[in-house]
Amino acid sequence: MKILVPVKRVIDYNIKARVKADGSGVDLANVKMSINPFDEIAIEEAVRLKEAGIATEVLAVSCGIAACQETLRSAMAIGADRGILVETDAELQPLAVAKLLKALCDREQPQLVLCGKQAIDDDANQTGQMLAALAGWPQATFASKVVIADGEATVTREIDGGLETLRIGLPAVISADLRLNEPRYATLPNIMKAKKKPLDTVKPADLGVDVTPRLSTLKVSEPPKRGAGVKVADAAELMNKLRNEAKVI
Amino acid sequence: MQREAMEYDVVVVGGGPAGLASAIRLRQRAAEKGNDLSVCLIEKGAEIGAHILSGAIMDPRALSELFPDWEADGAPLNAPVSEDRFFFFSATGAMRVPNVFLPQCFHNEGNYVVSLGNVCRWLGERAEALGVEIYPGFAGAEVLFDENGAVKGVATGDMGRLRDGSEGPSFQPGMELHGKYTFFAEGCRGHLGKQLQDRFHLDDGVDPQTYGIGLKELWEIRPENHKTGLVIHSGGWPMKPDTYGGGFLYHLENHQVAVGFVVGLGYKDPYLSPFEEFQRYKTHPGIRKFLEGGERIAYGARALTAGGLQSLPKLVFPGGVLVGDDAGFLTASRIKGAHCAIKSGMLAADACFDALAAERRRDELSAYPEAFERSWLREELHRARNFKPWMNKGQTLGAMMFGVDQVVLRGRAPWTLHIDTPDYAKLKPAAECAPIAYPKPDGALTFDRMSSVFLSSTKHEEDQPCHLSLKDATAPITVNLPKYDAPEQRYCPAGVYEILCDENGANPRLQINAPNCIHCKTCDIKDPLQNIVWLAPQGGEGPTYPNM
Repeated sequence: MKILVPVKRVIDYNIKARVKADGSGVDLANVKMSINPFDEIAIEEAVRLKEAGIATEVLAVSCGIAACQETLRSAMAIGADRGILVETDAELQPLAVAKLLKALCDREQPQLVLCGKQAIDDDANQTGQMLAALAGWPQATFASKVVIADGEATVTREIDGGLETLRIGLPAVISADLRLNEPRYATLPNIMKAKKKPLDTVKPADLGVDVTPRLSTLKVSEPPKRGAGVKVADAAELMNKLRNEAKVI
Repeated sequence: MQREAMEYDVVVVGGGPAGLASAIRLRQRAAEKGNDLSVCLIEKGAEIGAHILSGAIMDPRALSELFPDWEADGAPLNAPVSEDRFFFFSATGAMRVPNVFLPQCFHNEGNYVVSLGNVCRWLGERAEALGVEIYPGFAGAEVLFDENGAVKGVATGDMGRLRDGSEGPSFQPGMELHGKYTFFAEGCRGHLGKQLQDRFHLDDGVDPQTYGIGLKELWEIRPENHKTGLVIHSGGWPMKPDTYGGGFLYHLENHQVAVGFVVGLGYKDPYLSPFEEFQRYKTHPGIRKFLEGGERIAYGARALTAGGLQSLPKLVFPGGVLVGDDAGFLTASRIKGAHCAIKSGMLAADACFDALAAERRRDELSAYPEAFERSWLREELHRARNFKPWMNKGQTLGAMMFGVDQVVLRGRAPWTLHIDTPDYAKLKPAAECAPIAYPKPDGALTFDRMSSVFLSSTKHEEDQPCHLSLKDATAPITVNLPKYDAPEQRYCPAGVYEILCDENGANPRLQINAPNCIHCKTCDIKDPLQNIVWLAPQGGEGPTYPNM
């Protein structure tokens, strides 16, 4: 079984994001970029499935600028076998990425697409679902446990009030939630080996996909600054402030 | 424990200007001669540039030797110095020193205001293009020796050890990197360089190294307050006359300014807090007027070497060399070290390349210190040699005498002054000093440590052995607290050290908030008992500075 894992290059989770002065977006100049943490979890799960003898190949795919090669190398250092970069300088929105992935699924014929549930930069949480729709495949999102057997996937999802378990046929799209696993450290020997793994580059046009954005960003702004706190003397004053100042009750 | 090992011709520890220049020069020489030579460079930061913090004004001299076409190649030296202003500050006033009276070392014509982190990012790309294998996210944790006692490389640190040192569920052992020669380019107070200096007695017969701590913030200011390339330096307030320190404000491109303060770590008053001195420095009218209405976007701190020529240790030992600030090449009077770091790396690389061509390995690269003796770098450090010793005599007399030294005698004074006491031994007991009442931060111009550390984007896995180790766990409470009122609470710019008491205000204990650490190394330098030993935490941790 071949598993395709899409990985996105995003601002590192540890960096304090700052909005550009002109409000056009987040300032990414010389800021550390990393593999999207949920995608890292998806890669880890795919590699574990391979180590368990269930998967035969793990293919990492990234869409974006040339620097996304680093993201693919990170995925390969965890254990992906090879990478494909769909290289473009264009702004990519979830629908365009889903179409690119669909085209690659047609070409690569994976039995499973294991993706992160969302990217931490735009928090769209759409690409996996759109891909499932475009491919006409079943989907199981926010997976906290994945079991593959007999051509089916049994997926546990954390929902309000408990766990939900789905059984879906393959091929399918599964998106990884935070508690699916804890990714391993990429060791130096594995990073060295990852540099030698195959990495192909294609263009959106090669896949026959038009990536023109459908949405336009009007404005990006920082959340309002939190005001200073006050100490209240007693419960009555607290109630009074909640009712009359904060107007929340 | 079995660790994997890889063999290289040269292993470089540290991806700052010195390490990168070393690696680049080696590969350039190899390309000229058409022979292959494997060079591996490791860097403890999560990426090249992540741990680089410098003012910085850069003298392009060494860079031009390394890459004559750096301008065409897109090196990020985008803000030529357009104007130099030097002031002596009083609490509210400022006396401008006319530029004609400034010693040559304070002139910056032909230099550039840069982010050294971005210069390193650029150097890293050049190095990779030349075939250097760069591995960020891996710290050199341990020096490895061969059967003859020569350095044979380094081991990277283990990942996934738990707080008690045991192997956790995601444990991964470090890796050994063996080289015919190993370059140590960890910057000021490198923790491996320190061990090597002890083991090979590299600092025998030289003055003790003397240090400073530099604190820096990056601000985006109002366009009307900004003038690309304007450079301001100041002495005087808020330092007392007997304490060495000074501030800077450099106008970069894109309406950004770097504002910072350097305090000599030979300061005597245990109540002094470099962080708070820096914060109040920004309230001076001459600095405030630029920052008001702007936004602080980055914060960090790093120790620097200032001892210069008299403190320079032996640079070579069997199997390896010290380059850059791991040796201590910074020119204190010019407040610049990046060009020295690059030059020292190039000199060492040349010596190393010739040795490898002669099929030598793991001996002393004595051609490196010999070439240094003949270099402009030696000449520059020689001229500046009396700066720090004069400044130790107090800012006023020091400035005057250094002025005579430089302006009248042009650095060719017949005397060479010495420093005899290491910085850590200079603290006076708290009983002889009065606590300093620093103003409270206003949250607009001045800030507290916590919001500052937040901006450094530092991170560390909490469940790992504490990388700030104490030789004697009791000394902070039995000695440092009663004698010096626990100065680590104040010299640490990241709030790592806290004295906590129980609910009755009794039973004080030292809490080490290691995850806050921004890898400045000040504690390792200034602890009066030399009881704190900075060790490398897991690779890829520590601050992640953009544009610093």
